[in-house]
Amino acid sequence: MILFAAAQLLPGDVGRAILGPFAAQEAVDQLNEELGTNRSIVVQYGDWIGGVLQGDLGDSYAFNRPVGELLWPALRNSAKIALLALLIVVPVSVVGGVAAALKEGQARDRIISLGGLSATAIPDFVWAVLGIMVFGIWLDVLPVTAQAPAGAGFLTQVKYLLLPALCLVFVLFGYIARMARAGTIEALHADYTRTAVLKGLPRRTIVRRHVLRNSLLPTIAVVATQVGYLFGGLVAIELIFNYNGIGQLIYRAAQRQDFPLLLSAALVVGVVYLVATLIADVLYSLLNPRIRLSSES
Amino acid sequence: MSRPEEQVILAEHPVPEAPPEGRDEARLARRERLRLLARSKTFLAGVLLFGVFVFCAIFGRAIVPYDPFGAPTDLLNKLQPPSTEHLFGTDQLGRDVFSRVVVGARDILAVSVAATLLGVVLGAALGLVTGYFRGVIDEVLMRIVDAFLAVPLVILATVALVALGPSKGTLIVVIGIVFAPIIARTVRAAVLSERELEYVEAARLRNERAPYIMFAEILPNVTAPIVVEFTVRLGYAIFAIATLTFLGFGVQPPSPDWGLQIKENYVILNGGYWWPTLFPALAIALLVVSVNLVADGLTRVFEA
Repeated sequence: MILFAAAQLLPGDVGRAILGPFAAQEAVDQLNEELGTNRSIVVQYGDWIGGVLQGDLGDSYAFNRPVGELLWPALRNSAKIALLALLIVVPVSVVGGVAAALKEGQARDRIISLGGLSATAIPDFVWAVLGIMVFGIWLDVLPVTAQAPAGAGFLTQVKYLLLPALCLVFVLFGYIARMARAGTIEALHADYTRTAVLKGLPRRTIVRRHVLRNSLLPTIAVVATQVGYLFGGLVAIELIFNYNGIGQLIYRAAQRQDFPLLLSAALVVGVVYLVATLIADVLYSLLNPRIRLSSES
Repeated sequence: MSRPEEQVILAEHPVPEAPPEGRDEARLARRERLRLLARSKTFLAGVLLFGVFVFCAIFGRAIVPYDPFGAPTDLLNKLQPPSTEHLFGTDQLGRDVFSRVVVGARDILAVSVAATLLGVVLGAALGLVTGYFRGVIDEVLMRIVDAFLAVPLVILATVALVALGPSKGTLIVVIGIVFAPIIARTVRAAVLSERELEYVEAARLRNERAPYIMFAEILPNVTAPIVVEFTVRLGYAIFAIATLTFLGFGVQPPSPDWGLQIKENYVILNGGYWWPTLFPALAIALLVVSVNLVADGLTRVFEA
């Protein structure tokens, strides 16, 4: 656990290493001089990290507002897309993965596996423009922006978020389905499954009680690893659908070389990823009696 | 079901009677793998499709009907829908979309292959060193890898590209460096199991130096995972580079890169001008799918 925490503290250091040449560029920028960006990068970084430890993320250069004020609404918006996407993709890909595993090596398995692989490999912004063309323009059933009008009700918001969420479903389906498939195949070949078959239990019962319980555990972990992407990797999607999430905030900060905003946003994304991984670890051990009991003894 | 077929094949290719020496065994295993690959329809489809894109990248300039960079004076001809004259229509500046899609294969392929190669070379070296020596270096490097993996690739690359200024060179270096630790992890895992084998022990007892053991003894035996890793990473590299270019941090205009074409044209989708966006989007999709079919085929054969 200590090692894990130490590893997660490092993203800040990586950020500093990457942003090294940043200061030189900004020092040239006359406008930024009064902001104190002509100081050395180490001093700036120390200043910023000191603020962060006191709960102050600093002020954005470009927007002239405290970073926190910009960050939290964006994070909330991103959470909405991420939640909707997860709500759709997790059941769909788990069912897909298990369905493929039950017919291992047959046509249905190959179609699901290869389809998932291809869908996952295609960049999200390509799915986005294809989705806009098909659903937004030719069929004209979904709005092509994600930002619902102010004060829109819950269902309207969902309708606006559906198309971007759908793109994410395509991108994530392959990962999660592959994990569910691998877990299910492993469980199908396990000794306890053979015992259940030999006991004469009906196949349906075996799949539900013996196989699924064991096969879906690794899937939890893979969902958690995608949370970082969902909460900050959506730069292109949020740009195309003009959505004020954390991805677009990062994009704007990068374009304007807004150092505190960029670092804070990257830090927040790292923290979200850490929390998601932690939750997955806890869930995993709660659901898996083998780990739960071994740590108690 | 497939039993009779296998027997026929066995009859056609009789297995050599006496088990040959180790080197021949390795050659046989290699031939067996190639035969499996040649029988996989999806692998062949991937190779074929990828070959078409490579052909476009190399000879594209010579075969396209119009100048992909176009004369911006040809504004009378702008935004023409697909026709026999312009297969994929024309874009906002009157340039032929078909020609731009064909020639657009060049930048993305060159940059992604170069970036992946850099990542694989760095990552393989890193993985060999950490896997062979283990200990403190290993611990530190693996924690850095964990940290890298915590931040989404696109953000990491965006930050780096903004800092260094976008160009093809920085794109290659940034993607290569971001990939290196991830590849190192795979290579390290292979090296960890390899270093316990007797031939490594023998080399050590012969007093061979560590770099020799790592690069001359272990490296040839971990090429299979490295090759698989290369194809898998190439898919991710195309994904990342297309995305970064689309965001404006990658390949710069007037390159007919697909990501750039989509960036320049997706805003006019609403006006019903779908062709300047659709064809480059399909090109990206087909390219990544072809790379993934190849990677999938190799993974199956090498890891079975």
